[in-house]
Amino acid sequence: MMKATIVVMLKPGVLDPQGSAVKGSLHSLGFEEVTEVRIGKRMEVWLNTDDRAEAEARVEAMCNKLLANPVIENYTFELEEGA
Amino acid sequence: MRFAVPVFPGSNCDVDCLRAVKDVLGVPVEPVWHQERSLSKYDAIILPGGFSYGDYLRTGALARFSPVMDAVIEAAERGKLVVGICNGFQILLEAGLLPGAMRRNDHLQFRCDIHPLRVENAALPFTRDYREGEIIRIPIAHGEGNYYCDEATLAELKQHNQIVFRYAGENPNGSVDDIAGIVNRRGNVLGMMPHPERAVHDWLGSADGVRFFTSMLAYWEENHGAA
Repeated sequence: MMKATIVVMLKPGVLDPQGSAVKGSLHSLGFEEVTEVRIGKRMEVWLNTDDRAEAEARVEAMCNKLLANPVIENYTFELEEGA
Repeated sequence: MRFAVPVFPGSNCDVDCLRAVKDVLGVPVEPVWHQERSLSKYDAIILPGGFSYGDYLRTGALARFSPVMDAVIEAAERGKLVVGICNGFQILLEAGLLPGAMRRNDHLQFRCDIHPLRVENAALPFTRDYREGEIIRIPIAHGEGNYYCDEATLAELKQHNQIVFRYAGENPNGSVDDIAGIVNRRGNVLGMMPHPERAVHDWLGSADGVRFFTSMLAYWEENHGAA
């Protein structure tokens, strides 16, 4: 088994209204040192394989095809064996 | 002319679309479950608004892989008329039939209103019964209608006259260049956030959506006879 932990974020420069709203709330709580908040998604995907190279290629394909929208989002992922 | 309205789990404007076509045009129109693989007997397809697949992951992202979408892409390639309204627009973007992507409204609010739109291109199968520059009133209802594309794509949209509707007055969601609706280069696939199907009787608050549908029928009859 292999576990992929995928993080999808809006690309730098793409306005993140969720992040801006949370930044505003942090400011009103007194955390005025906060200059920017960006909010993304973390996904955990388990794959029935022990082949790291294959898992990497498959997760890459999943991200490009469905899990991230390449027009506005970037993704990164990490693979963990036996998780 | 026969219309199809694909229905995804979570669609909720499908009946409005069916009723609008029936009331305005009186031509055959049928709901098609999203697992259907063929749309060959239809001439026009309307992807309705709603919350397909609960908007999970991203709006339209999961619906884009419903079996019916292969048939929608094929219909678009054959030059049939394809319309995506609201969630339907989001699905067309995810499917790559139109360029760009959808973000949450910049103020984070869900907006539900009758909004003025400017008709920017009145030479399309969907807009020929409008006048260029005309202001029409069409309902909006969305939390994620903030259309985004990069500058190169925007330049291309402008160059090929693909921006069909712009918000007049206030921009209700922060979309790039006040865009409310766009069309593909070929002119047969249109996506828009506002709901013309909800503006087909005066008692609905506006009947400005009527000509959206009459345009399609007039175009089709001119090009394919009154079949």
